[in-house]
Amino acid sequence: MEVPILKQGEFLIATIQAALSDADLEQLRLALVQRVVRFRSRAVIVDVTAMDVMDSFASRTLREIALMIRLRGAETVIVGIQPEVAFAMVQLGLTLEGVATALDLEEGLDYLNQKFKTIN
Amino acid sequence: MSVGEIRVPINSDQDIVLARQKGRLLAAEAGFSAVDSTLIATAISELARNIVSYAKKGEIILQPLHNSHRTGISIVACDSGPGIPDIHLALRDGFSTSGSLGLGLPGVRRLVDEFQIVSSTGQGTVVKVTKWHQEQHER
Repeated sequence: MEVPILKQGEFLIATIQAALSDADLEQLRLALVQRVVRFRSRAVIVDVTAMDVMDSFASRTLREIALMIRLRGAETVIVGIQPEVAFAMVQLGLTLEGVATALDLEEGLDYLNQKFKTIN
Repeated sequence: MSVGEIRVPINSDQDIVLARQKGRLLAAEAGFSAVDSTLIATAISELARNIVSYAKKGEIILQPLHNSHRTGISIVACDSGPGIPDIHLALRDGFSTSGSLGLGLPGVRRLVDEFQIVSSTGQGTVVKVTKWHQEQHER
């Protein structure tokens, strides 16, 4: 199950649409990092609304994506973590520390637009 | 095989997804809330991942539980892998031997109500966890 990545101006939007295996998550990590380079994107939004489980591997991979993209000088925002998923993540001890999060895609875009407006 | 038991062979990362989906379905059928079903699915994901990472293959056995005063779900993860040399160490937060976050077992223990582990070096590991219906469990 490949995750579609949409180019929206200076941003990339990856929308996870179904449960992902470890291999799918690793594929997403590679694809995002490559495209940030190719399109000289300033930010990436990963929409995880459709993810019904965020276990240690998924959480670690998302964190790695954010760290790799930061090394490219771009920003990552994880959007759409479901309330049940957030509950389970905290119980499990997964915090996604240091990674920006937003309620949904709209809020994620607002956050990035604000951020880049102040810089410009 | 006992009534309602579901056995999911775990041989690859694809099976982790399958096991947790079956677990979520079973939890929903047993009347668990969305939050508890997610906790159950997450616990299954972690246990199945341990099998793939350390033992390569094994099995997840899901079983709905009913007795006179409560209902729940039992999850057994078993493998014939290398076993865990020091269980106390493996249950400590922050410990890992496979380069993961090292939150696997202590994290799973926090997600469920009962947690048992039996492991012997060279023979494998069996983790048995139980989650009870929250209302009946707390009152």
